[in-house]
Amino acid sequence: MTGRADRLWGYGLLVIATIVALAPVVGVLILSLGESGRVGAQIDIANANNWGNFAEVWSKGGFSSSMMTSAVITITVVLVSVCLSVPAGYGFALMSFKGRSWIFYLFVLGILIPIEAMIIPLYFDLRSVNLANSYLGVILPEIGFSVAFGVFWMRAYFIQSARSLVEAAWLDGANSWQTLTRILVPLARPQMLTLSVLFFVWNWNDFLLPLIMLSGSDLQTAPMSLVFFVGQRSTDYAYLAAAAIITITPVIIVFVALQKSFTRGLLAGAVKE
Amino acid sequence: MTSLTARIKAAGGRVNDAPSGGRAPGEPSRIGYLYILPAVIIYGLFVFAPFLHSIYLSLFDWDGVSPMEFVGLKNYGAIWTNPIFRSAFVHSLELVFFYTVLPLAIGLVLVSAIQRTRVRGTAFFRTALFIPYVIAPTVIAVIWRWILAPKGPLNSALDAVGLEAISRPWLGDFTFALPSVGMVGTWVMFGLVLALLLAGVQKIPQERYEAARVDGAGRWMEFRAVTLPGLRYEITVVLVLTVTSALRNFDIIYVMTSGGPGYATVVPSYLVYQQAFKVGAVGAAAAMGAVLVILTIVVNLLVARGGRGAS
Repeated sequence: MTGRADRLWGYGLLVIATIVALAPVVGVLILSLGESGRVGAQIDIANANNWGNFAEVWSKGGFSSSMMTSAVITITVVLVSVCLSVPAGYGFALMSFKGRSWIFYLFVLGILIPIEAMIIPLYFDLRSVNLANSYLGVILPEIGFSVAFGVFWMRAYFIQSARSLVEAAWLDGANSWQTLTRILVPLARPQMLTLSVLFFVWNWNDFLLPLIMLSGSDLQTAPMSLVFFVGQRSTDYAYLAAAAIITITPVIIVFVALQKSFTRGLLAGAVKE
Repeated sequence: MTSLTARIKAAGGRVNDAPSGGRAPGEPSRIGYLYILPAVIIYGLFVFAPFLHSIYLSLFDWDGVSPMEFVGLKNYGAIWTNPIFRSAFVHSLELVFFYTVLPLAIGLVLVSAIQRTRVRGTAFFRTALFIPYVIAPTVIAVIWRWILAPKGPLNSALDAVGLEAISRPWLGDFTFALPSVGMVGTWVMFGLVLALLLAGVQKIPQERYEAARVDGAGRWMEFRAVTLPGLRYEITVVLVLTVTSALRNFDIIYVMTSGGPGYATVVPSYLVYQQAFKVGAVGAAAAMGAVLVILTIVVNLLVARGGRGAS
């Protein structure tokens, strides 16, 4: 086979794969502009111009408040988790203290614990201290899960890339805090960005934890609003599609803007779990 | 624990050697605790403690309200003897086929066909292929509920090409509901797998392919001798990510089928929720959660071992 034929063949397959990946999403986008309440689930490109669907769903589906709730929860979790992961990763990577290894192993275990395996007592325990059904009831456990991965990820990075720098700084008489804030934090900016993107996507998308922790309150996250909306209007496909598009928009924006960081995170981080 | 140590070492980590005695000049080594403390406290209180508490609960009969009754390992026995509980775990393993085996097979076939092409516009393809993986699972469920609906696009497409015999209410069909949900997983995962494998295959030195061709290797030999070993790292990533997702697909099941029709699509993570918060069988749910953790850990260790063994 000639190189040219190979090339065309390769691109052709890649284009087909890309179409398969995107078609359902594009389909939903077109569906979301269709006429609400019309029986059936067919898309109609010619009449896909009902932009008012988004406004309707925004108010009827409770998205005006749930998007805000999701934003508050997600942004808090991202910021706090990054701020806790960096110093802890530094400590585990470069400082020696008693029990370092086994405390770290318990952290690694956190990456492997699914929410399902701790959500039951978590709910009962947080309810008994009045933390369930509040922002904190979602935020604190989400931070716990996020730092399990974040500490693991920052530690691996500091061990690989920062040892000699830190050693030099310490020999020059810098104390441990100065070393962190003046040398490591500027150095680790790209890693911190990657971590932020991963945390953002995971926490925005999470459903089970807020579903249970907020079950006794009026608070809803965007995925919860979407699912409740499905329950109320299971066959109003134009509205459901609009609700789905609203729910994913922030993640798509963050992901497309920062996709390089995301890919690097998956490739470098996941395997070391 | 020793194998974990070995894994961290294999991954390039050092388990216990910090520079300069592991502390800045003039500081006690205990200062390390200050840096890890905030993360340790939140993780400990809100993830690890409830996890241990859950294991404790799994040894009791408890409805969430009345006094608890110690029953030992009875709840674990029920996972084996109760046909619904057992089927949930069987479904999980079937889903591993759809989430892991199928996407990996598709990814490897495509990547070996594309491998000779120096792809331009990689960033575009990669972003597009990743989209299904970054979309919230709840949204994916809504999208595919629509596509698979009795009068949805899939059935109309089948009818349009004269395959009325095949079209059916996919999610309401006892035989086809689980494979349908599985195919959704295949769709979510294949782009991710392909993007990761593509990134990996571009890093394989072209000389290796030339050497293989000089030795008269055909496409298949080339794939086995060059491509597959060169992708070992990426394949390990793919296995970890996809198997973990296959074992934890609460959102998709909850929205698409709620475990139905009947119990045809129940999975452990859905049963944990249903048993604990709807039925009031807290102990049984906790036991299922614990088994799910054990499964996750075992699978990850196996994958890590396979990743090392192939080198």
